[in-house]
Amino acid sequence: MADLTVKINGMEMTVPAGTTVLEAAHMAGIEIPTLCYMKEINEIGACRICVTEVNEGRGFRLVAACVYPCSNNMEILTSSPKVIAARKKTLELILSDHDRKCLSCVRSGNCELQKLCKDYGIDDASLYDGVKNEYEIDDSAAHMYRDNNKCILCRRCVAVCAKTQGIGVIGANERGFKTYIGSAFDMGLGETSCVSCGQCIAVCPVGAISEKDYTKEVLAAIADPEKTVLVQTAPAVRAGLAECFGNPIGTNAEGRMAAALRRLGFDKVFDTDFSADLTIMEEATEFLDRVQNGGVLPMITSCSPGWIKFCEHYYPEMIPHLSTCKSPQQMFGATAKTYYAEKMGIDPKNIVMVSIMPCTAKKFEIGRPDQSAAGVPDVDFALTTRELGRMIERAGINFNALPEEKFDDPLGLSTGAGVIFGATGGVMEAALRTAVYTLTGNEVTDLPEVRGTEGIKEATYNVGGMDVKVCVASGLSNAREVLEKVKRGEADYQFIEIMACPGGCVNGGGQPQVPMGVRNFVDIRAERAKVLYNLDKSMPLRQSHHNPAVKALYDEYLEKPGSHKAHEILHTSYVKRSVN
Amino acid sequence: MNSAKSTVPFKGTPEQEAELLRVIEEKKSDKGALMPILQKAQEIYGYLPIEVQKIISDNTGIPLEKIYGVVTFYAQFSLYPKGEYTISVCLGTACYVKGSGDIYDKLQEKLGIGGGECTPDGKFSLDACRCIGACGLAPVMTVNEDVYGRLTVDDIDTILAKYA
Ligand code: SF4
Ligand code: SF4
Ligand code: SF4
Ligand code: FES
Repeated sequence: MADLTVKINGMEMTVPAGTTVLEAAHMAGIEIPTLCYMKEINEIGACRICVTEVNEGRGFRLVAACVYPCSNNMEILTSSPKVIAARKKTLELILSDHDRKCLSCVRSGNCELQKLCKDYGIDDASLYDGVKNEYEIDDSAAHMYRDNNKCILCRRCVAVCAKTQGIGVIGANERGFKTYIGSAFDMGLGETSCVSCGQCIAVCPVGAISEKDYTKEVLAAIADPEKTVLVQTAPAVRAGLAECFGNPIGTNAEGRMAAALRRLGFDKVFDTDFSADLTIMEEATEFLDRVQNGGVLPMITSCSPGWIKFCEHYYPEMIPHLSTCKSPQQMFGATAKTYYAEKMGIDPKNIVMVSIMPCTAKKFEIGRPDQSAAGVPDVDFALTTRELGRMIERAGINFNALPEEKFDDPLGLSTGAGVIFGATGGVMEAALRTAVYTLTGNEVTDLPEVRGTEGIKEATYNVGGMDVKVCVASGLSNAREVLEKVKRGEADYQFIEIMACPGGCVNGGGQPQVPMGVRNFVDIRAERAKVLYNLDKSMPLRQSHHNPAVKALYDEYLEKPGSHKAHEILHTSYVKRSVN
Repeated sequence: MNSAKSTVPFKGTPEQEAELLRVIEEKKSDKGALMPILQKAQEIYGYLPIEVQKIISDNTGIPLEKIYGVVTFYAQFSLYPKGEYTISVCLGTACYVKGSGDIYDKLQEKLGIGGGECTPDGKFSLDACRCIGACGLAPVMTVNEDVYGRLTVDDIDTILAKYA
């Protein structure tokens, strides 16, 4: 299609046909504010904060820039007095039914509404005050709460839950002034088939939804002299944490993160990358066993607790396909409270296992049954990357100036295969590196076919004369597509990796929120994934089977991958759940 | 948040369910099938409780919340059955200025239900209505076919007692 000529604030430029006013302005270096708009996911033109003046030959009028297409010879004014006045009024109207408690709000400082109010010089937040809606806070779910008193009805959460995740347990109920976001029959989120992925939290512009915060409990444990407080950090955390301290998306935080955790007072700073390697040893063994002994195929990975909960609610008939391996978080806790506790002579009851996760579903996972190898829960607290950011900030730790430090031995040792777990395709790649070695004795490293942010990837590898057909899916609506294909008998995969969050854990529901104005134009999944693949490349060991700490664990304690003892400690079971 | 789950026990019959399933089968591949399905379902059952919405959700793949959102958006849909006795309070101008709002509030309090709802025993349902043309008797309410006029809040107990 032909290019269009438009004039933005008097400046002429050419844009491809189909460009929206918002995109044209972005190309010109002007960011038009948005609240409801999420590219390809929520293009509903509802909030009107993006209004812009356009003239298509019949005089200037206000349109919603996020969805309005450019036309040839269009004149655009992005910040005329009329535009500013309209946006200001929209903000004032939002504030008239908003619980304005910025001082104590979890989003203060990175709230999109707060920033707009500052940018537009809103100096009378109570201008249109009248009747206000009052809502109870819904804290029925294990991982998050919803506070509709701060909700601005942008519906980003609704769109991400229904479209990206294919779930749809939240939506707009009632109409007009009484409209609120809730679940069917006003069930609490915990009663619905919400999978705890937290994608809704990651896209909310304000403080209306957030993870349940356990930082206080963790600090209390650290202060308790009776307790040995161990911390593990998931691969993806190091690819996101630095954003909490003003660093660009895609900054590696690994060394400074270890330093910060030490300064917070954790007794040992360990790494989930270790148990990612351990997961590979168990999972690759399980996979080969299924292939060689006629087990249920395709086998599907079990690292992502959001995916597991989704499978239990929506595809219970597929449960036999799930690997019985606990997730790396749980394997870590189980190992710490059995092997490590014995080795160090600590009573597992006195170990407090804290994990830092890019994920909110991990908060649900720690409370699951069959996750307590030492008779106490494998993991006591699962904090999100955001919660760790808050802890560091509150402790007065100058994150950006910290030295790069290392994890502690032995459970801080890992390989490149462990660190790529945080990106979609990473578990598959790590598992294949070890499966190929086990079958053929060959070492492989890079498997580009399963990398990248596409929602569904397929590849076939020839391993020791056998064709292994694999599939990698991230985002639960993509998972649904793959599962339906498998159920219809249209796919003959042997091994499937599924991650609940699009792009994998780097884009998890517990990662720092990135303003949608940035997300609409930058692929944060790809930027953060680069951190992990660069780390992988820089590591001396890149296959899980070479991890010396994992080898020692098997030699000293578990015997061999897939042993009876390994099954008792490192494997779990699943339950059927209903759809609500 | 007050729960809008109907507390009146669901009394759907297998015949009603079979008819609903037939309607769903017939319409589900149409674009915008939800509205006509809901209209038919309300015709079949008289209201749209969770049991009915679940049948629709399970058989169309539309998430329950999406259905509930549509049902609560449109005034034509009801989550509650009609009671054995339907009470209607006129909130038209003439009745309203003579205090029918207080009567409506009092009825909600006495019956323990909100407007549009039905008591758990299925006896009374309560609605507000617009002018019924009996302004001379304002404020007015009706219980099924019976009309009561020149009401005060103190009359409510005696009226309800007649139907108990
Ligand atoms: S949501 Fe934003 S504007 Fe509202 S109280 Fe929190 S920080 Fe302030
Ligand atoms: S946590 Fe995930 S499943 Fe639950 S409401 Fe949010 S987006 Fe939907
Ligand atoms: S909870 Fe957040 S994302 Fe959802 S509609 Fe409200 S403000 Fe928007
Ligand atoms: S209407 Fe354009 S961002 Fe909401």
